[in-house]
Amino acid sequence: MRGAMMGGYILKRLISAVPVLLGITIIVFLIMSLIPGDPATAILGSYATPENVEKLNRDLGLDKPMVQRYFIWLGNMLTGDFGRSFSLNRPVLDEIVERFSATLILAGTAFVLCSVLGVLAGVVSAARQYGLADKAITFIVLIGISVPSFFLGMMMILLFAVNLRWLPVSGMYAIYGGGDLPDLLNHLIMPALALAAVATGVIARLARSAMLEVLRQDYIRTARAKGVPERRVIMGHALRAAMVSIIPVLGIQAGFVLSGAVYIEIVFQWPGVGRMLVEAILKRDLLLVQGGVVFVAACYVMFNIAVDVAQSLLDPRIKT
Amino acid sequence: MSTFLKLLFRNRLAAMGAVVLGAILLLVLVTPILPLHDPDITATADRFKRPFTEGHLLGTDHLGRDLLSRLLHGTRLSLAIGVAAALIAATIGSAIGIVAGYFGGRTDNIIMRGVDMLMAFPYILLALAIVAALGPGLMNALIAVAAVNVPFFARNIRGITVGLAGHEFIDAARLAGMGHTRIILTELLPNVLPVIVIAMSTTVGWMILETAGLSFLGLGSQPPQADLGSMLGEARSAMISHPHTSIVPGVMIFLIVMSINLLGDGVRDALDPRLRSGALSRPRATTLVERQGDIPAATDDLLAIQELETQFHVGNRIYRAVGGVSLAVKSGECLGVIGESGSGKSVTALSVMGLVASPPGVITGGAVRFQGEDLIGAPYETLRRKRGDRVAYIFQDPLSTLHPLYRIGQQLAEAIQSHHKIGSAEARSRAIRLLKDVRIPNAEARVDNFPHEMSGGMRQRVGIAMALANEPDVIIADEPTTALDVTVQAQILSLLDDLRRDRGLAIIFITHDFGVVAQLCDRVAVMYAGRIVEEGPTKAVLDAPAHPYTKRLIACVPELGGGRRELAAIPGLPPVVDDLPPGCAFAPRCDKAQDNCRAAEVVLLGNEPRAVRCLYPEEAI
Amino acid sequence: MPALKVTNLAKTFPMKPRFFGPTPPGVRAVRPMSFEVAAGETLGVVGESGCGKSTLARMLVGLLEPSEGAIQIEGRALDNANPAEFGKLIQYVFQDPQSSLNPRKTIRQVMEAPLKRLHGMAQAERDRRISEIFASVNLREEFLDRYPHEFSGGQAQRIGIARALAANPRIIILDEPVSALDVSVQAQVLNLLAVLKSQFGLTYLFITHDLAVVEAVSDRIIVLYFGAVVEIGKAESIFANPRHPYTKLLADSAPVVGKPLKAPEQKGTELPDPLNPPPGCAFAGRCARASDQCRTIEPDLKPMGDDQFAACHHPLQD
Repeated sequence: MRGAMMGGYILKRLISAVPVLLGITIIVFLIMSLIPGDPATAILGSYATPENVEKLNRDLGLDKPMVQRYFIWLGNMLTGDFGRSFSLNRPVLDEIVERFSATLILAGTAFVLCSVLGVLAGVVSAARQYGLADKAITFIVLIGISVPSFFLGMMMILLFAVNLRWLPVSGMYAIYGGGDLPDLLNHLIMPALALAAVATGVIARLARSAMLEVLRQDYIRTARAKGVPERRVIMGHALRAAMVSIIPVLGIQAGFVLSGAVYIEIVFQWPGVGRMLVEAILKRDLLLVQGGVVFVAACYVMFNIAVDVAQSLLDPRIKT
Repeated sequence: MSTFLKLLFRNRLAAMGAVVLGAILLLVLVTPILPLHDPDITATADRFKRPFTEGHLLGTDHLGRDLLSRLLHGTRLSLAIGVAAALIAATIGSAIGIVAGYFGGRTDNIIMRGVDMLMAFPYILLALAIVAALGPGLMNALIAVAAVNVPFFARNIRGITVGLAGHEFIDAARLAGMGHTRIILTELLPNVLPVIVIAMSTTVGWMILETAGLSFLGLGSQPPQADLGSMLGEARSAMISHPHTSIVPGVMIFLIVMSINLLGDGVRDALDPRLRSGALSRPRATTLVERQGDIPAATDDLLAIQELETQFHVGNRIYRAVGGVSLAVKSGECLGVIGESGSGKSVTALSVMGLVASPPGVITGGAVRFQGEDLIGAPYETLRRKRGDRVAYIFQDPLSTLHPLYRIGQQLAEAIQSHHKIGSAEARSRAIRLLKDVRIPNAEARVDNFPHEMSGGMRQRVGIAMALANEPDVIIADEPTTALDVTVQAQILSLLDDLRRDRGLAIIFITHDFGVVAQLCDRVAVMYAGRIVEEGPTKAVLDAPAHPYTKRLIACVPELGGGRRELAAIPGLPPVVDDLPPGCAFAPRCDKAQDNCRAAEVVLLGNEPRAVRCLYPEEAI
Repeated sequence: MPALKVTNLAKTFPMKPRFFGPTPPGVRAVRPMSFEVAAGETLGVVGESGCGKSTLARMLVGLLEPSEGAIQIEGRALDNANPAEFGKLIQYVFQDPQSSLNPRKTIRQVMEAPLKRLHGMAQAERDRRISEIFASVNLREEFLDRYPHEFSGGQAQRIGIARALAANPRIIILDEPVSALDVSVQAQVLNLLAVLKSQFGLTYLFITHDLAVVEAVSDRIIVLYFGAVVEIGKAESIFANPRHPYTKLLADSAPVVGKPLKAPEQKGTELPDPLNPPPGCAFAGRCARASDQCRTIEPDLKPMGDDQFAACHHPLQD
């Protein structure tokens, strides 16, 4: 019965995502309409011929009113037509899908790392409050959240790739040979760690304070009063209750990991969607930017639905 | 304000952060008058000079510009932009949050939908889209960073405001004739402001990082102007050959952000009143024991509390919550402990199995003997084996004392399985039997309920079932019916009474209600300011109270059937136990008190089973 | 003319519309109820959790807009849910004295608000009035420049009462005014309330769950169950001689010294589900006297004996 209810809940959450997705497209559309001057000229650059400008204006429907333009744009995207990147001279969607898979590998690894390490560190820290482990973790965490990820990445390259020569400097695969899984992992270690550092710190701090909060609750006293062993009190009763406030933060941190990936991809020359976006902005390839932002944001919305479902599985008080 | 600063600087890490940040700020402020090179003048002949070369303390960059000068000017810029972004985001976000939280309903719904929409973006996408539209540049980066942080403030502040708006003082302000604007500005804002300050102090470092990040990507400050991020970005290509050009700005960002984070944490801790009292400490698995003085000898009681002293150490203050309490129960006996809040009755009960939250609780004297064995200071495992097995507890509020995320069947089974190795199927059937024992209808279905799916009365039955799970010898019930409605209370009391008669249980029943004591308990002990002031058989104490406090407390409680009348009040307030008067603690409120009551400690005297701690008792005993 | 007259007052909280299917009917926190409070009277309102007593109180002071019905104070209709309008006539004393005082305002600021906002008094007049009120609630004037956290529960509740008095109202709604206080302090506050009532010629509506307290302070008592009035009667007789089985259950459940412990007669302890209320009498599920009539037809309040009314198809006889 609970399974059926769960299915209904997931369906409900998916339906409720529709307005959010629409909202995302509206926000992106509005931001893009902030572009000063003639967008076609902005896209094509100042050396464009008047014919080209006029053709693009027609292609983009820029001669039409804004609302109509939005719906044309939306309709095109729904049919998979994100437009054509002028700087790469290929369809925007093809480029995004290719690049996004590289980002997923990097950000996904970093997300798993920061979730596991962060929660573990937080639990240990709380259980040993004011102890040596707590102090050490607090200190490392403080450094982790204070160092810019791009600087951390650069220093890691200097130390592990340049000086110690343990790991490759950059890229996703070796240029000659490679291309297999060990090669990928070898290239993944440094960027994933650098990317996970900040989020690990944030999650560890939150997990620590969530655990401390929970450990003061009456039901923990009840568990102790009935003689539950302390290890189970911490890892069972307390952690389970703390997860209720940790899981939403994991969802938010996933957004931060995805954001941080932009810097890390630049530093490590990782062929991901973040690097693509920055390059596109510098080249004023606005169709690519627009498409990339909508696509990644939509994926993030889906991910957050998964987080909500996980939360409702954990907490029976959420109405399913 | 001065207490705030004192608290802030007592925190050594925060003080360190303040010193580092202060030094950086000072350097940045005097930068224009320092004898430095022009940060933007290139000298290609001098490129990539190493640090500590003459004339260039930190060396030069790829265009031969003086790194020290660029660093200080860049720091100036980064700090200014980061702080400006934080201020803008905090102001707009908080305003949105307060409005949404205060008005609630549709306003809230629409605003928060918009905020959720913005938060549906990984923040950098939004920032990148804004920069893409407006074009790269430092001001545009500032706008982008401020804009993406507005939703965070809005959501955070809205949450706080909703909590505050539920407080009765907001209703009171409306009834005093205040309008919405006035309430927001004079009632809400002063209470929200510390949270805004905390949120700002903990995010300003983050925003400096973000603007530096955009500059690092080449989307923020444009050459030749440089902030720390663009310095790092420009140095990246020469990172391997000339690492110092990267390390210099990178370390500066790190120092700034770290010192701001340290200071921000300090500000948060100093402003958060819960941390002020040290209440945010995690209670340990057992209460701390620092026993002084002799340990009383064993008796033949089932459970004996002997000269127990439990204190709370908060800062420099010592609260003597329990000041030498002795109580004992035999099998099948029900002992009532009655007193007002702060009398130490609950702390006495929790001390028995080492469940007083510690810190701040410390057991400083006496003994608790179960079948002669002293439990105070016993190893954790010894105590754990007794907890819930031989001595079980029932607590006051059954909603907060049951774990919200476990089914009640699981919680009952766990109580058994913590002491007996049995399979989960058997544990479940025992759980169902326990639910039937406490007369929960339809136990087979109820066993799979979560606590929030039950009514208060049913939850308390589960609490009792859990206490009975291992057929303990003693049950300590700490105000088990106080949170319940009167019709439910009657059911629970009669259930407890039946159970103890059927099973020969010893019960220690903590309450503030004489009616309950009269109906349930064989003997009663009255507590005041951490001590027992009177004890004896219930009927004897209630019919002829010997201590003036007992007598007047009984008199001031209205009783049903007494009709409309003026009540006999006790003047004054119960004393705070960190500053007890010498002598009898009740003397300041007692109309019979003499000088010798206040002079020296009064002892508990009498003939078994009656005793009273008074020099001028109401009744001779 | 009664000080307070309530006619068919009701509050239904709407439910969120469902994603699939029709919007569920709202929760009827207060079912249509009518009663009067005479000038100078203390009307006790007693009921257990979920009976709607706090919703009723919030409507009476204008903090919550009624779904239907009318409120009249000394003949004046007040139906716009405007606390500033209500405030001059009817004031509220809250259950939790600490939470009802803004932690960041001095007591003087708290006391001045109603004088300034409701009565537009000048500074000198305000100071004089505050001194007067503080004297009558036995508080020292040096307290005025302190902050709420410096006070004990009993003192804070006196301040709450003083604030209500400052508005110079005709009626005061006392919502569980002593249930957060220790018993030895309860009596002080209850006695103070009695003195103030005669001193200022006030009318009280005293809401509580404590039968002994309500009996000790009230002239008449209303018993609420599940959002509806089940019985009204004189304080001295209603619990001794209840007509409604629920009133009897309440009276039998109250622990009294010298009364033997036994669970009073009732079938269950569960309240009906507010989202899915039963037809007929809401108490039928717990009532030993319930018949088929009770489970189908909601009983109306009918007079029974002198000055007593009960909503029961099978009332208890004396």
